[in-house]
Amino acid sequence: MTETPPAIEVSHLVKAYGGVTAVNDISFSVAQGEIVGFLGPNGAGKSTTMRILTGYLPATSGSVKICGVPVASQPDEIKRRIGYMPENNPLPEDMRVSEYMYFRGRLKEVPRRKLGPRIDEVLELCDLKRVRHKIIGQLSKGFRQRVGIAEAILAEPPVIIMDEPTIGLDPHQILIVRDLIASLRGRMTVIISSHILPEIEMTCDRVLIINQGRVVAQGTPADLRREILGHSTYKLEVAGAVEMLEHSILGVDSDLRVTEQAEPDASGFRRVTLTTGCNDELGEKLFTNIVAAGLRVRALTRKQPTLEDVFLAATRRSWDAVAAPTARSGDGIKAKGAGAGS
Amino acid sequence: MKHFPTLLSHEIRMLLVSPATYVAATLFLAFMGLVFTKILEMYSGVPQETSPANVFFQLFWLPACVMVPLLTMKCLAEERRLGTIETLLTTPVTTTEVVLAKFGAAYLLYAALWASTGGFFYILKKFSGDARFLDSGPLFGGFLFIAISGLFFVAIGVFASSLTRNQSVAAIISLVMLGTLIIGGNALADSPWLGQGQFQPAKSVIDYAHVFAHRDDFTRGVIDTRHVLFYASGTVLALIFSILSVETKLLHS
Repeated sequence: MTETPPAIEVSHLVKAYGGVTAVNDISFSVAQGEIVGFLGPNGAGKSTTMRILTGYLPATSGSVKICGVPVASQPDEIKRRIGYMPENNPLPEDMRVSEYMYFRGRLKEVPRRKLGPRIDEVLELCDLKRVRHKIIGQLSKGFRQRVGIAEAILAEPPVIIMDEPTIGLDPHQILIVRDLIASLRGRMTVIISSHILPEIEMTCDRVLIINQGRVVAQGTPADLRREILGHSTYKLEVAGAVEMLEHSILGVDSDLRVTEQAEPDASGFRRVTLTTGCNDELGEKLFTNIVAAGLRVRALTRKQPTLEDVFLAATRRSWDAVAAPTARSGDGIKAKGAGAGS
Repeated sequence: MKHFPTLLSHEIRMLLVSPATYVAATLFLAFMGLVFTKILEMYSGVPQETSPANVFFQLFWLPACVMVPLLTMKCLAEERRLGTIETLLTTPVTTTEVVLAKFGAAYLLYAALWASTGGFFYILKKFSGDARFLDSGPLFGGFLFIAISGLFFVAIGVFASSLTRNQSVAAIISLVMLGTLIIGGNALADSPWLGQGQFQPAKSVIDYAHVFAHRDDFTRGVIDTRHVLFYASGTVLALIFSILSVETKLLHS
């Protein structure tokens, strides 16, 4: 029995132009039917990677395969297997929505017989039926984004690549686009880039964080929290001596520490932050021990780190990793210079 | 070339909904109508030796220099400015198909506008009742010259549009290139200093590319294959450069 190849397989991908290495030795793979989020600060190499995946840009080195087909040697075959929505979703201003869909369907080789029903289907799915006869240039941003998504899924390709599909949308429109992307789960492989981290967290099965052209972290949001942050945080509001608190929490977990404490308010309660490397749920045990120590507890919560925390920690860690050798070589030069001068 | 018909029909439609097309068509037909009226006035005043068709095509260079940039300035520059070239080239179409479709649509419109001036001669024949006014030789030759030279002129316009994202800059580049080819060649061909010994090779090149001389030959009914080859090879070269220009810019985008 032959194994199904991954929908996207990227191996040691490098793209350099104009003396800048935009993508630097990236490797990852995406299973069929998976929704993967691509995160990274501006200029991290997200759009360049996506353009290489579509066959629009050639890679400097490395290999990219879509459904087992190499992009570099068979770009035409790849273009039949992907639906792509570029950054800023460029659309022709002078065409009507239905005309644009028909034109794109013909270019994407959807049989003429099936094209009409398929256009109706995607317009229904993207809630575009009421604007199908409108000129694209007159549509609002939300509708335009949905036209871009409808166009990407029109030919039912196995892989959909969307660069910032929710950029510039209001929360209501984001919700619609999120549901739309979620509805593709299992049927199509989707790779999306976004700056809106809760969006990625809610929509994607897996996240790839990219910075300075490298993949700095990848996994499910829960895995990333564990891997990147490596600690749990508890917030409580407690009245009583802090020394007693520090003593009582040691019985819960030896790694648990008070990392922040505020001044007591008028009723004598103060906010305290506790941190531990242990990822088990300690809430109940913590509450019991603190109350047993004679302290009064008004609130106790375990702080769930957001993907934003993970993203910031992962990108900071990659910057530190790049800065460290530079700083060391800088010190070396400085030391050498000082030696020569003395 | 599987997608060429789809792209061509799309491009023709896009040209027909573009205001620039109607500006170009109105200016062209108004100008040519004016020229034709003046010719009729001239012929009604003093007897002339040449046919009206011969005189009519003498001013071909003015609409060619103005109309071709207007029809072609948008084709590739606008696609690059809006970024729609990216969505276009991530479907199973090739750069060659895209460039040829844009060239084909602009050329068909250019040819259709010139063809519509054939109506002037039909009206003249109908109302004068004199078949001599419709001298078919120069008329056929003149339109053949327009059709063949138009291929090269439109290809130059498409090439200019492939060089920049800005439509106005594309129009200016196109105007300069067409002006240099049509008017510059004519000006240089008459320069006495070009006849001197060391400039002889340059003079033979300029004579070969002398568009006004080609027009005179065509309207006299002389169809020289060298002229046809000049326009055909120029067209192919300009289109190849257009395709290369689009692909080079993609690599550096």
